[in-house]
Amino acid sequence: MKMEISSNTKDIFIQLYEQNKNSLSVGSPAIIKDLRSAAMEYFSSHGFPDKKDERYKYTFLENYFSNGYKKEFAPKKLNINLKEIFNCDIPELNTHLILMVNGFYYNSTSSFQLEKGIKICSLNDAFRVYPEIIEKYYSRSLTYDDSYIALNSALFTDGYFIYVPKGVVMEKPIQVINILISDEDIMVQHRSLIVLEEGSQAKIVICDHTLSPAKFLTNSLLEVYTDESAILDLVRVQNEHDESVQLTHSFINQEKSSKTNTGFITLHGGMVRNNLKVTMNGEHADNSSFGLFITDNSQHVDNYTYINHVKPNCTSNQFYKGLLNDNSTASFNGRIVVGKGAQKTMAYQKSSTLLMSDHARMNTRPQLEIYADDVKCGHGATVGQLSEESMFYLQSRGIPEKEAKLLLTHAFAYEVIDKIKVDPLKDRIDELVNKRLRGELSRCNNCMIHCC
Amino acid sequence: MLSIKNLKATVNNKEILRGINLKVEAGEVHAIMGPNGSGKSTLASVLAGRDVFQISSGEVLFNGKNLLDMSPEDRSREGLFLSFQYPVEIPGVSMVNFIRTAVNEHRKYKGLKPLAGSDFLKMMREKQELVEIASKLTNRSVNEGFSGGEKKKNEIFQMAMLEPKLAILDETDSGLDIDALRIVANGVTKLRNKDNAIVLITHYQRLLDYIVPDFVHVLYNGKIVKTAGKELAMELEEKGYDWIKNEIEK
Repeated sequence: MKMEISSNTKDIFIQLYEQNKNSLSVGSPAIIKDLRSAAMEYFSSHGFPDKKDERYKYTFLENYFSNGYKKEFAPKKLNINLKEIFNCDIPELNTHLILMVNGFYYNSTSSFQLEKGIKICSLNDAFRVYPEIIEKYYSRSLTYDDSYIALNSALFTDGYFIYVPKGVVMEKPIQVINILISDEDIMVQHRSLIVLEEGSQAKIVICDHTLSPAKFLTNSLLEVYTDESAILDLVRVQNEHDESVQLTHSFINQEKSSKTNTGFITLHGGMVRNNLKVTMNGEHADNSSFGLFITDNSQHVDNYTYINHVKPNCTSNQFYKGLLNDNSTASFNGRIVVGKGAQKTMAYQKSSTLLMSDHARMNTRPQLEIYADDVKCGHGATVGQLSEESMFYLQSRGIPEKEAKLLLTHAFAYEVIDKIKVDPLKDRIDELVNKRLRGELSRCNNCMIHCC
Repeated sequence: MLSIKNLKATVNNKEILRGINLKVEAGEVHAIMGPNGSGKSTLASVLAGRDVFQISSGEVLFNGKNLLDMSPEDRSREGLFLSFQYPVEIPGVSMVNFIRTAVNEHRKYKGLKPLAGSDFLKMMREKQELVEIASKLTNRSVNEGFSGGEKKKNEIFQMAMLEPKLAILDETDSGLDIDALRIVANGVTKLRNKDNAIVLITHYQRLLDYIVPDFVHVLYNGKIVKTAGKELAMELEEKGYDWIKNEIEK
């Protein structure tokens, strides 16, 4: 019986690909078409990961893919006034704004005053306009060992493209806002590419939002390449409603002496799975990844990280924290692989979770595979409750139980927020987290979008 | 102000307090002494509302109100203060935020508006001077990385900020060097007035040289077995507790 369901769901996507493969590749270089077809081949032969697949042990997603989400292969006409829905009141957070609506790059009329050869556009435009950059980077780091990645690679509709040329230091952060808005339940697969050339620097904030109550299913993919000595700060804020299912794949590829700081702040969402793979392709590269997830009701958040130390003398640091309420569940799986040649690697990992109810559940699993003999690696995981002693201390000073809890949970979360390097954004996320912990809707005062 | 009648409390079915009777009036200083394990700290925790203890019988009235029915935060806002024997470290919660929240919750309880930022900071500075706590400590997280002495000073600083009617100091003198003891004792003395009361739980006479008690009680096996004036503390310092134990067993 199970086999039947799974082959049916698989077939839906195989058919979908057959029907749309030509229109999807219009205007793309041949390489893109070939990659789509190779990805579909992988998907057809492997199907969805089953429950025995260790990587998806705590998050079984196939059922969602079999549900009747509508798939759109061309952007629908929506009357969105960018200025109206997005009126950010953080004066300091003056950003280049990229708006994505239902997986499509939204062509706003406001054009970027871009410095020194920086390119920001839709991925589909990049295919047409910058084929040389695309051929150099696109899909270079991907290994199709995961059917969800293959599915995105075969069927993605659009995405954003950010390119920062050699030596350029971007002053303004880039803010990407992924909006889901629809009357019908829809499935969205977008795919994006960020390239930082040698010595360049950028700060990028990605916000994921649902703006209508329909059910949404997202399977999105982001590839990031940081060339020698490039520096990237990347923070993703996930704030979707309880009926949304979000699967993200992020691939960070680092060359020599590059530095990346990658954060996932999951404020809200029905079912969230974040796959993060960081590959150290050059010596002295450094990555710090962090995550904060706050869950309630029956939400589920699963962070699956994979730090791949290929070259020697690199450092990585992972720091994930969760606050789980009600019947919610979460998991953290942190895989670190230190290859044979990756001597003098320093790789650390820490995860800690507070269970705020008797029914919340956390699965945490460090996974260290070390094939080099001169490395420093460490991991630690804790799952616990708020300290009764601390609670009593605060209450004994006249602070009500609810406020005392807020002070302690906020202190717990702040350790992660503190890792955000863009100060106005850090303050804003701190405020959003505070509101989230108070059970208030996390949204800015003057902005329709529940975001940063 | 405080009236304890036949208070019995257990933890894990073990009776720790076995019928405490105590009356404390405004303006008084009471010292509670007694050997280890006699129930002194349990009494302090029960009064402050720690819920690991079960109250099996008895009554505690605080300014005419039933104290045992109140949450720990209400007890505090009614004017009870416990200086902890082992103040807990709370990383990530700043002292300023903590104290401001506490002070404003107390004000809210009394129907007052929250203090304006500048007034609050002024108050902090004044009280810091009073108890001689360095301002660098109030810029840190609550008790985080504080030395033993700093933690105790911080308790007295909080007492100064909250201006309680009744302060229970649970071994505030333990672990303090002579200078720190003097600072802490001076702080407490400055906070004393005719409208408030202090209960000192201590093992040693030396704190009582600074804060002279009106009454000294000996707690033994969960009961107050002897009450006298300040001279009792001297006697205990000299002779230990054995003579009291012997007296009881006779």
